[in-house]
Amino acid sequence: MRLQAAAVKLGYGDRTIVDGLDLGIEAGTVTTIIGPNGCGKSTLLRALGRLLKPQGGEVLLDGKRIDRIPTREVAKVLGVLPQAPTAPEGLTVADLVARGRHPHQTWYRQWSTDDESAVAEALTMTGLADLAERPLDELSGGQRQRAWISMALAQGTDLLLLDEPTTFLDLAHQVEVLELVRRLHHASGRTIVMVLHDLNLAARYADRLVAMRGGRVIAAGEPHEVLTEELLREVFELDAKVIPDPVAGTPLVVPIGTHRQSS
Amino acid sequence: MTSIPLRLGGLSWRIRPRGVVVTTAGLALLALLMALSMRMGDIELTVAQVLAATFDPADPAHFVIMELRLPRALTGALVGAALALSGAIIQSIARNPLASPEILGVTNGASVLVVAGVVASGSAYGGTSGLLTSLGVPALALLGGLIGAVIVYGLAWRRGLDGYRLVLVGIGVAAVFTNVKFWLLTVGDVNDTGRAMVWISGSLHGRGWEHVQPVAVALAVLVPLALTGTRSLNALRFGDDTVTALGLRMNRARAAMILAAVLLAAVATASAGPIAFVALAAPQIALRLTRSAQPPLLSSAAVGAVLITAADLLARTLFAPVELPVGVVTAVLGAPYLIHLIWRARK
Amino acid sequence: MSATAVAPRLHGIRHRRITVLAVLAAAVLAGVVLSITIGSRSVAPLDAWHALTAPGDTESDIIIRSLRVPRTALGVLSGLALGVAGALMQGHTRNPLADPGLLGVTQGAAFAMVASIMWLGASSLLAYIWFGLAGALVASVGVFALGMVGGRGGPTPVTLALAGTAVSAFLYALTSALVLLDEQAMDVFRFWQAGSIAARGPDVVWQVLPFIAAGLVLAMINAPGLNALSLGEDVARSLGQHIALTRTVGVAAVTLLSGAAVAACGALAFVGLIVPHLARALSGTDHRWLIPYSGLLGAALVLLADVVGRVVAPPGELEVGVVLALIGAPFFVALVRRRKPVRL
Repeated sequence: MRLQAAAVKLGYGDRTIVDGLDLGIEAGTVTTIIGPNGCGKSTLLRALGRLLKPQGGEVLLDGKRIDRIPTREVAKVLGVLPQAPTAPEGLTVADLVARGRHPHQTWYRQWSTDDESAVAEALTMTGLADLAERPLDELSGGQRQRAWISMALAQGTDLLLLDEPTTFLDLAHQVEVLELVRRLHHASGRTIVMVLHDLNLAARYADRLVAMRGGRVIAAGEPHEVLTEELLREVFELDAKVIPDPVAGTPLVVPIGTHRQSS
Repeated sequence: MTSIPLRLGGLSWRIRPRGVVVTTAGLALLALLMALSMRMGDIELTVAQVLAATFDPADPAHFVIMELRLPRALTGALVGAALALSGAIIQSIARNPLASPEILGVTNGASVLVVAGVVASGSAYGGTSGLLTSLGVPALALLGGLIGAVIVYGLAWRRGLDGYRLVLVGIGVAAVFTNVKFWLLTVGDVNDTGRAMVWISGSLHGRGWEHVQPVAVALAVLVPLALTGTRSLNALRFGDDTVTALGLRMNRARAAMILAAVLLAAVATASAGPIAFVALAAPQIALRLTRSAQPPLLSSAAVGAVLITAADLLARTLFAPVELPVGVVTAVLGAPYLIHLIWRARK
Repeated sequence: MSATAVAPRLHGIRHRRITVLAVLAAAVLAGVVLSITIGSRSVAPLDAWHALTAPGDTESDIIIRSLRVPRTALGVLSGLALGVAGALMQGHTRNPLADPGLLGVTQGAAFAMVASIMWLGASSLLAYIWFGLAGALVASVGVFALGMVGGRGGPTPVTLALAGTAVSAFLYALTSALVLLDEQAMDVFRFWQAGSIAARGPDVVWQVLPFIAAGLVLAMINAPGLNALSLGEDVARSLGQHIALTRTVGVAAVTLLSGAAVAACGALAFVGLIVPHLARALSGTDHRWLIPYSGLLGAALVLLADVVGRVVAPPGELEVGVVLALIGAPFFVALVRRRKPVRL
């Protein structure tokens, strides 16, 4: 188990969002957390990435309590990309990606050859080498998201937590970002945990799905085990048919609602 | 629930209950402070005496109430409201809680011209002379304030107005003005400097009806204008892209609101000197009391009026017969309160 | 495109940055030479060199060693300190209106100075500076503590900025009330307010040097953390940055730098307001470069302004703060107008 939440209680101030949740992330898998808005999936991801300190229970990284490991050491093995991050205006892609090297730098070693090759590789892998000197705010939404992922890549961690990496993107760019995630997984066996809204894309790109509702895990397992018509009703209060995806064979959710009659 | 709809025939508004409560409470407190201001001073009066003196021209205290205390208290309240309103508008436009009429060049422009007037006229014959007496301090301050604003606005305008550039240009111009002011203070005779310092700190000493009128007129005209502009202010808080998307004529809306802020600050400064802290603090206090996302205009004005009226009451009674400059007491009173609100919000 | 083709470009950016750094350092050096040689009594550079390396008893040798050198050293130190402190302050608060005095440093120093004159009978420059420094430190620590109260993970930029402004206004009000009561205090205060590096002996330089040196070291340590913070607190934390620690180090650096500079040279804090905006146009948003650029630019500008102030109105002098604003601010406004400002 690479990353584990054990009986965690999470919340902000007096408000508890998640209470007594257990979840384990296995090495080398792509795990996607799904659930309705406000079910605590982003909160859970933040806790797994030690951005939020649990009010109870513990988060374990490679079996050790994550809050007992120096945060810089954690940053060398675990990268987190929060939802909709913002950068200062005028920051270039290369500068942003270079900042991913932060945990590897010290005041006497600010820019090693490792740093340089990691940044170059991250830029190349995300297809941004030609845009390296462009300011981030001049890029399209998909390119910008790739730049942020590129920064997380340059961090050189084999564990990556991505909070809704496809928000604000059109379908083509969503697929582009998720293909990149898949590639990262295949190329280097990275362990990836994502929060996604699109169930069909989640089923297509994840090894494991975790369905949450009201701060609890309702089901976890392979996509075809989790994404069933009963579960959709229970978790999303959605009546839907689940059929095999004609391309990938993964589960495909087709909502039943009113619809325009086609002739 | 943060807002309730209010509909009257075809008209409809959204009212924030907290805003109404804060504004009403502010006005009630203001009335109380005004009443106290009428009673307290060299001659202590009871409420009955105040009422009698107000309506009876033959009463010995009539002059004290109608010519000294009332115009002074009114000037204070109106100036406070005008400065706070000006600050609320600027903070919304600049999207910056540290912004105040200073970055529009108004207060500093006024200060430079007034200090120059005081220093240039000299005190060789024990009084003021030359430019200063012929124009008078308020006119000089108004002129200075408007010149300052025109300079900032003119320099910041470049195929449209960008909030960020306005702030940066404002910083630059303020640096020039402030240092011209400091330099004038070092050049001048120490007695003149002392008098100039009193004005720079802001004072309501000896303010009469002639000081009340301009601020009252400015508020009467500009408050409705500012309130109709609230809708565009709400949009201006977002980035320029969003504003354009919301279909506002951005530059025109912004220019109108800035003009209102400039006039309010300039007129207020002309009447009472640059009372520095109100314009910055009152909107931030009102924002925290009403728990709204941006400085609420009417509540800010109420807070500003209360702040200055209370400060002036203390300024003239605390160490009587020595009178403190109202600007000093305003900061001494307002700063701890703002700090208290910041501290409380973090709990 | 392959990974190896990207690397040279990254190198190119780095080369340009080093070149700019060298140019700025050269500007400071030129400022030092001008500051030592030019004044009411001008000295040829070679004679000045002679006065420094093999000091004799000629009048010009004495002027150079006892007046010009300390004055120049103080110009370099205060310019460095305020430029760097301004860059840190704006970076931490992400507010273009933030100056190094924002945490109450300037007004704390002013209040302590005036109070020491009135109540403790302080009468020497050295005493004023010690009290000013103490006042600056106390005010800044107070503001920071205020921002810390009740908050987890350190104070947020907005509360820090507002608390600092409120405390500054409070202290300024007290100071201006005090100086109205005491003419000697008023006299010291008005000259202090204008800002000057003249007529301060070598002892003043030695007095502030350790504070500024410590502040500069802390600032450079803080730079990478500030870069991480500028991407938002969540990203910074995920990059392994300790947020509260970073803020504390930043505030400590600003306090040491601007406290020492302001106590020694008066209310020059607006150097720190303007210079980082100029430096940002050269460096972009990378604080590892922005901070040294701001420091060097600040030093060069203070020296230049001081030299201009010496020659522009003979036989008198204009205070460096006044000249700085009158030269620097219009230049700044022109720059802001000419191109799209680099935002925080």
